[in-house]
Amino acid sequence: MPDLSLADVLAGLLALSLNAYVLFGGADFGGGVWDLLAGGPRKARQREVIAHAIGPIWEANHVWLILAIVLSFTCFPPVFARLGTVLHIPLTLMLVGIVLRGSAFTFRTYDDEHDAAQRRWGRIFASASLVTPVLLGVCIGAVASGRVTVPAGGSFGDQFVDPWLTPFAFSVGLLTLALFAFLAAVFLTLESHDPELVEDFRRRALWSGGAVFVTAWAVLLLSLEHAPLLHRGLLASSWAMPLHLATAVTAIAVFAALWYRRYAVARIGVGLQASLIVWGWAVAQYPFLVPPDLTVQSAAAPEVTLRLVLLALAAGAMVLVPSMFYLFRVFKSAPADRSGL
Amino acid sequence: MSDLLAARSQMALSLAFHIIFAVVGIGMPLLMVVAERRWQRTGDPVFLDLAKRWAKGTAILFAVGAVSGTVLSFELGLLWPRFMQFAGPVIGMPFSLEGFAFFTEAIFIGVYLYGWDRIPRQAHLWAGILVAVSGAASGVFVVIANAWMNAPTGFDLVDGAIANVDPIRGMLNPMAFQQTLHMTLASYAATGFAVAGIHAFLLLFDRRNAFHRGALRVALLVGAPAAVLQPLSGDISARAVAEWQPAKLAAMEAHFETGRRVPLVIGGLPDMDKRETRHAIRIPGGLSFLAFHDVNAEVKGLNEFPRRDWPHVPIVHIAFQVMVALGTYLALLGLWTGWLGIRRRELTDVRGYLPAVVLAAPMGFIAIEAGWTVTEVGRQPWVVYGVLRTADAVTPMPGLIVPFLLFTLLYCFLGVIVAWLLYRQIIRSPRPGEWTRTYSPRPLSRA
Repeated sequence: MPDLSLADVLAGLLALSLNAYVLFGGADFGGGVWDLLAGGPRKARQREVIAHAIGPIWEANHVWLILAIVLSFTCFPPVFARLGTVLHIPLTLMLVGIVLRGSAFTFRTYDDEHDAAQRRWGRIFASASLVTPVLLGVCIGAVASGRVTVPAGGSFGDQFVDPWLTPFAFSVGLLTLALFAFLAAVFLTLESHDPELVEDFRRRALWSGGAVFVTAWAVLLLSLEHAPLLHRGLLASSWAMPLHLATAVTAIAVFAALWYRRYAVARIGVGLQASLIVWGWAVAQYPFLVPPDLTVQSAAAPEVTLRLVLLALAAGAMVLVPSMFYLFRVFKSAPADRSGL
Repeated sequence: MSDLLAARSQMALSLAFHIIFAVVGIGMPLLMVVAERRWQRTGDPVFLDLAKRWAKGTAILFAVGAVSGTVLSFELGLLWPRFMQFAGPVIGMPFSLEGFAFFTEAIFIGVYLYGWDRIPRQAHLWAGILVAVSGAASGVFVVIANAWMNAPTGFDLVDGAIANVDPIRGMLNPMAFQQTLHMTLASYAATGFAVAGIHAFLLLFDRRNAFHRGALRVALLVGAPAAVLQPLSGDISARAVAEWQPAKLAAMEAHFETGRRVPLVIGGLPDMDKRETRHAIRIPGGLSFLAFHDVNAEVKGLNEFPRRDWPHVPIVHIAFQVMVALGTYLALLGLWTGWLGIRRRELTDVRGYLPAVVLAAPMGFIAIEAGWTVTEVGRQPWVVYGVLRTADAVTPMPGLIVPFLLFTLLYCFLGVIVAWLLYRQIIRSPRPGEWTRTYSPRPLSRA
């Protein structure tokens, strides 16, 4: 085990905040996807459960993304500058998606008069939920492929489009979407007491779990040609086998739990599986933050900044963890099929 | 439109949009907590209804503020990557802390909004207080980062790169206290008078409406004291600007020629080529007195600085005049309100008072936009004052007019929708059905 530097610790926290965003924010996006795909005789009630599950929590979930942004520009400033420059277009589109999604959901929730306007908000909310995760995945895929380099002249397309407009980046985008939908479907099985609704979400969980499996394979195959660094990390390194084994075991466990309707187990399993995917990516490209040139060490801010940020994070966690715990205790103690509004 | 101007316009638009919601996110929670406390003490259901409606309003505006704030944190990198690469290690700290304050606010808005029937009364009030405190804290942290751009400290410059970074000194920069005080008071004054103005308007047609009378009183309780204190905080800020950013002060005051016993220029149109200001009223020794509390003090004029280091003088000067004029109106109105309160007069019966409050409704927000124009345009051509030029900080990506237009459209769309929603949800008097439900817990139909 090599000695971990302060910069490594903060890079780890960066990955952790992305992990949290995938788990909590991702489930929110997935909820939007299932809102879009709501169907069958219980269409309206499915949407009600989704809205209620997202309701009180969603504003808080965005903070994980903001934390990742803040950590990157404080602790690894060249990384933030590089991503903002080269991935300007997909990041901007992702932002538009985030804005539309968040505001549309709020407007739909608070506008309690059931009319055409409300259905329109619902559609905006749901379509933005579909597009935004793909764009997030495209950005991650572009980074992993090692094409996010210093703009070295050439045409506009060479510098600002080619790095991310690749089959590999889009395969990561689809994997992200499938994963978010899978997370949400599994979480939603625990949000209702109505056995028919639970069954609806269980079926959706099984299907989207299949989609995760397929897209993950696509990513792995495409990485062979398009993301050699990632591919080497995922296959050749010493920890690769144990990681894949653990991911495979959790995946099978989640499917089994869904099959036998052990939803509490499935929820823990799916969270673990998503986290393993995020960490698999992070560890595979270590020590690079943005391959092929920005590493954890080379991009790190001065030591004093890193130390202070770590201190601030610890202090913040002491405020936030009990607050979060309180919020979840107040609202998640009893599931309700009726919206609290 | 050049790429630099497009980037500046997009940033200005995003900030101008976000700041409204940020300010409301600081001011509204205080209104809502005051209303809830009144309800607990008096048992008057009007105040419970107000607390609930304002909580809803806070949640809607907080959500829009959260997304527009997310946009801004990205835009720092999308538009100004070189600024963030340069400044991140020094000034990232307050942004991290802001993240936590924002998160705390989000959590307790959730508790407050959905906890009316689920947690004890006192715990509920405390949840509201935490929303108000963390809302104010997150504003303070962001303004600290901006203050650093005006008075950058906590690092040395070695061959154009930063060295010897000291983030704590960066946070405790010489403008931090002045700017955060000014902005926090502005938030309370603007929100308080905006809400008061809306309800004063509705009272014009329905003077005995208990709902609007209650709302007016709570809103004034928050807005008036802040507006009265604001000129004092403005004085503290102006003196710090005089010391740290003399070129900005000169532009604010349209003051070209260095001298002693400098007059205060009120109104007028500065001409940057002729280096003079026409059609202005001048108060002898006024600027020397305001900037240094001494009528004979020397104040540096713009002629001391090379032309390429000037901000756009007419914009800064006019924006400053607008801010001061509106702030003065609000402070005087605050004093009048206090006087009426001491004499226990019924506000709705005092002639001319309600129209005066209606007039004040948009003023706080216009003053805030004008004040930020002074701060931001007045700092130009620098993004970090005296250290990094805005033109050197912008992204190399061409075609920035496209995202600028995209975000302009998005913000227009959001603005219209938010206004419409607020009207439907918060401002309109309760309808008959709602009224019965809220005000008489037991159904009356048995009678």
